[in-house]
Amino acid sequence: MRSTTIRRWSWLHTWSSLICTLFLLMLALTGLPLIFHHELEHLLGEAPELRELPPDTPHLSLQQLVDAAERHRPGEVIQYVGFEKDEPNGIIAITAATAGTEPNASHTFMLDARSGEPVAMPAANGGVLMFILRLHVDMFAGLPGKLLLAFMGLLFVVAIVSGVVLYAPFMRRQKFAKVRHERSTRTRWLDLHNLIGIVTLTWALVVGITGVISACADILIEAWREEALGALIEPYRGAPPLQQRAPADELLRIAGEALPGMQADFIAFPGTRFSTEHHYTVFMIGSTHLTAHLWTPVLIDAQRLEVTAIAERPWYMDALSMSQPLHFGDYGGRPMQMLWAVLDVLTIIVLLSGLYLWWVRRRTPRLKPTAQVTQ
Amino acid sequence: MKWRESTFALPTLIGLLSALGLFASLLGDGWWDSLSWLGLGVPALLGIWPLLRRNKARP
Repeated sequence: MRSTTIRRWSWLHTWSSLICTLFLLMLALTGLPLIFHHELEHLLGEAPELRELPPDTPHLSLQQLVDAAERHRPGEVIQYVGFEKDEPNGIIAITAATAGTEPNASHTFMLDARSGEPVAMPAANGGVLMFILRLHVDMFAGLPGKLLLAFMGLLFVVAIVSGVVLYAPFMRRQKFAKVRHERSTRTRWLDLHNLIGIVTLTWALVVGITGVISACADILIEAWREEALGALIEPYRGAPPLQQRAPADELLRIAGEALPGMQADFIAFPGTRFSTEHHYTVFMIGSTHLTAHLWTPVLIDAQRLEVTAIAERPWYMDALSMSQPLHFGDYGGRPMQMLWAVLDVLTIIVLLSGLYLWWVRRRTPRLKPTAQVTQ
Repeated sequence: MKWRESTFALPTLIGLLSALGLFASLLGDGWWDSLSWLGLGVPALLGIWPLLRRNKARP
């Protein structure tokens, strides 16, 4: 590689990294406890626990549960009802002042599906884990915060790619994984930076890109609303606002008949951003490992309880759905969480050693990148 | 060992293993999970290992 080419890539690597390093450090540090958020919720006593009841205690109907949820939160309406595989006797209820209220202002809790008794989910509404999550997601700055972090994620990807390009000239005379421990601290850390960077490359790229996709969720959901829902609700244009909606009891049966072999993951109530003003939307998931991450929405007329349409699942919504497990590392048991944590810490080391290498080189400006390679 | 002298041979292999590790668990439990742990375990170990070693000759 010509030395001017190396210099250009080196410039790109230096600046793309330098700009995103502080943000990436924050993301990597806050991401670490989030890998174990389920375990930490249990440890902090913030995980919802249902009462012991005899097995086979019958469940209340869905509408009875919706009523129970709205009784528990006077002055609020239900936005979403979610179902959890791990807790078949509970449903998750999300309520807010209005159906269209933004997610950060809603309240999440569990309802015992057998008694309608509310069970608090403190970690979903506040507390230290929520604080860490908000820092990680948008730094308490809403959409601009998310987009800034998405941009930092893109810079991180640029830094990784330019790092791989630079890896070649740096390693020309060296065996793989050779760390010159006996040389200067700077040389040792240069070797470590290169080695740890190259072995964690795939993981860092995948977690980086899926993070960028997740950060753009608001935009993707808005696009999906325009594109997929827009055409479907054309007949409802100009229809009078929904006065009274039919009870929710039969929703799961209706959606199940529309998409046999699939299960409901959550129901978006009329007026929420995952539905329309005139529909209940049941988000169905498949029963295989892979399809369990992919949502197919069934729009059910909220007055007549008829299926209006099964909405399209555009590729970008599939990408958004698949980004979640691939970013969280929550799909391969405890060992995978541990590996996720190790790789996260290794990324922190790559970031810090990169910063250190830049700092020492800055103090000796006469050192040219080419000299550095052969040094 | 010629493998270690080629700049990108082993990094490519490790990258492919990591990708296998990332996607295997999406497809199933049991063996698929073990495949994931193997695939991601290799880069994790290769990253930790050089940090644990220090040159004893250095003060």
